[in-house]
Amino acid sequence: MGELFTLPVLLGIAYSGVRLATPYLYAALGEMFAQRSGVLNLGVEGIMLMGAYTGFFVGMTTGNLWLGLLSAALVGLLMGLLMAFISVTLQAEQGISGIGLHLFGLGLSSLLFKKTFGGVESISGFQPVKIPLLGDLPLVGEVFFNHSVLVYGAFLLVPLAAWVLNRTTLGLRIRAVGQNPEAADSLGVSVAGVRYFTVSLGGVLAGVAGASLSIALINLFQENMTNGQGFIAVALVYFGSWSPLGVLAGALLFSFVNALQLWIQVKGINLPSDVAVMMPYVLTIAALTFAVRRARQPAALTKPFARGES
Amino acid sequence: MPYVKRILSGWAEALLPVAAVALALLIGAGMLLALGADPLKAYSAMLQGAAGSVSGITQTLVKATPLLLVGLGITIAFRGGVINIGGEGQLIVGALAATAMALAFPEWPGVILLPLALAAGVAGGAAWGGVPGVLKARLGVNEILSTIMMNQIAIQLSNYLLRGPMIDPAEIARGTQIAQSAQLPQQVWLIRLVPRTLLNGGAIIAVVMAVLVYIFLWRTTIGYRIRAVGLNAEAARYAGIRVPVYQALALVLGGAFAGLAGAVEVLGVQHRMLEGLSGGYGFSGIVAALFGKLHPLGVIPASILFGGLLVGADKMQRAVQVPSALIGALQGLVVLFVVSSDIWARYRARRRQTYG
Repeated sequence: MGELFTLPVLLGIAYSGVRLATPYLYAALGEMFAQRSGVLNLGVEGIMLMGAYTGFFVGMTTGNLWLGLLSAALVGLLMGLLMAFISVTLQAEQGISGIGLHLFGLGLSSLLFKKTFGGVESISGFQPVKIPLLGDLPLVGEVFFNHSVLVYGAFLLVPLAAWVLNRTTLGLRIRAVGQNPEAADSLGVSVAGVRYFTVSLGGVLAGVAGASLSIALINLFQENMTNGQGFIAVALVYFGSWSPLGVLAGALLFSFVNALQLWIQVKGINLPSDVAVMMPYVLTIAALTFAVRRARQPAALTKPFARGES
Repeated sequence: MPYVKRILSGWAEALLPVAAVALALLIGAGMLLALGADPLKAYSAMLQGAAGSVSGITQTLVKATPLLLVGLGITIAFRGGVINIGGEGQLIVGALAATAMALAFPEWPGVILLPLALAAGVAGGAAWGGVPGVLKARLGVNEILSTIMMNQIAIQLSNYLLRGPMIDPAEIARGTQIAQSAQLPQQVWLIRLVPRTLLNGGAIIAVVMAVLVYIFLWRTTIGYRIRAVGLNAEAARYAGIRVPVYQALALVLGGAFAGLAGAVEVLGVQHRMLEGLSGGYGFSGIVAALFGKLHPLGVIPASILFGGLLVGADKMQRAVQVPSALIGALQGLVVLFVVSSDIWARYRARRRQTYG
């Protein structure tokens, strides 16, 4: 373990920690909007898988990564709309419908992958872009300012999400609908409209999160390649107490544990790799346990709204 | 006529899951067409594979067995108002525990060792469901997320044990290093019901369990309390029922049945523990439970149907070259449709309330 505490190793882990936070950030920030408006979308994992596949397939066949990203976002939007229709219009139980959406995305992405590729192929994904000046800073530059566009986008999304949620009318409406839908409704806010918007937005971001894996971070597609990251993203929203900064903190914590875990696997020291792989999941349960203490859950989370019912 | 009308609408409600499957298959047909396959050919291959021969039918029942057991556990949990997504992990840990028990005492006679191995499976699954149960009861930790995480942990635990401490010594000797345990001693194998097939005594255990779960939920005080908590936790609390205790119990029992499914899979089918033993039974069990309308006896036909779909999918894959993952996607759609169709039941209930 002594090797861990050398500068190059620590910098390497920090670099991949920042990088690996990307899918968590996109997916969890999108999910945060949905939950703040009162909808728990557990289908994030399935949407991410479809986004990852779509981004990879379109990027591969057209050779245009941006088109791949756009298609992934579009598929995410469609699946988000489906989830919104089921949970808002049909008022279905949200936890179970999310699992249904996950199974659907998992099955469909595996099906399409086997039909269109058959085997694992890799793609030349988004390349790191060094930011002028900042990228030349010692240490910091290396860790933070030499990433692909999608990584920068994920981190820029944090202040943007905070601004929308706390400083705009739209954000106020989202919070109102999640906290007290009856009151929001009586003031003329369309509860269904707001929830359709947030769940669709969550879908788009989950699609992008998936694509960030397949065309920017790992640069290949595999069946079930997200491996629970979508579910962890949902847990991060709880962990981050439904705030963008909290989500950022959680995403970084997880991605650093992930980076550390990958390093341990490569080194194969002391710890069997299977035990190392367990770490993020054990951490999630621990994080959820601590998050409960200071939880300020949106009051209407998972409760469907029907006018005049309560 | 109101009497007839009521019977008809009762039927309509019972048929909703069937309509959900029909709709999913219809969408599946569209997907098959889009992939350039003939849906009729695909579905007839599926039916042929699942029900067209003795071996097909027994294969279907072999797959239905773990689905039924997991589905019973899911039924108890969902009836208790807790959403247990952890069937997969609970099944794996149950299988590991049963394997460890059977391998620990290879000299013991079957009459003692077999029940012990089954009990170990039940205990392993119950413990794996108990962690989220206690976390929910004590600290209010969201059980959906914790059970999902427990799935991932179970998979890694199993990989670790099967590559390390529990690996078959023969694998090391041969140098093949396949991640699986040694074969279990013969006296713990569940009897095979039809010679030269995999159909085993586990199927009978599962059906007996379905009846027992029905009696438990509808004829015992504890079962009544679990259902009361699930129907309306607030009201149950006012009635003096300790809600968290029964929520935790529902998760523990859910885990116990999934663990039993794992034990039966090991003792009846594989005769050893191996990587990928479950292959999604934990999730398909949820689908079967929902399709069975969360009624223990309803889960019996439901698990046979989905067992048949799993078996038929392989046949379809060979007949029309469409990956069997299609069935996974269709299962997802069935869940979505069944859950969505609840709005009809609620709408009708409200109309009954309003218009008597």
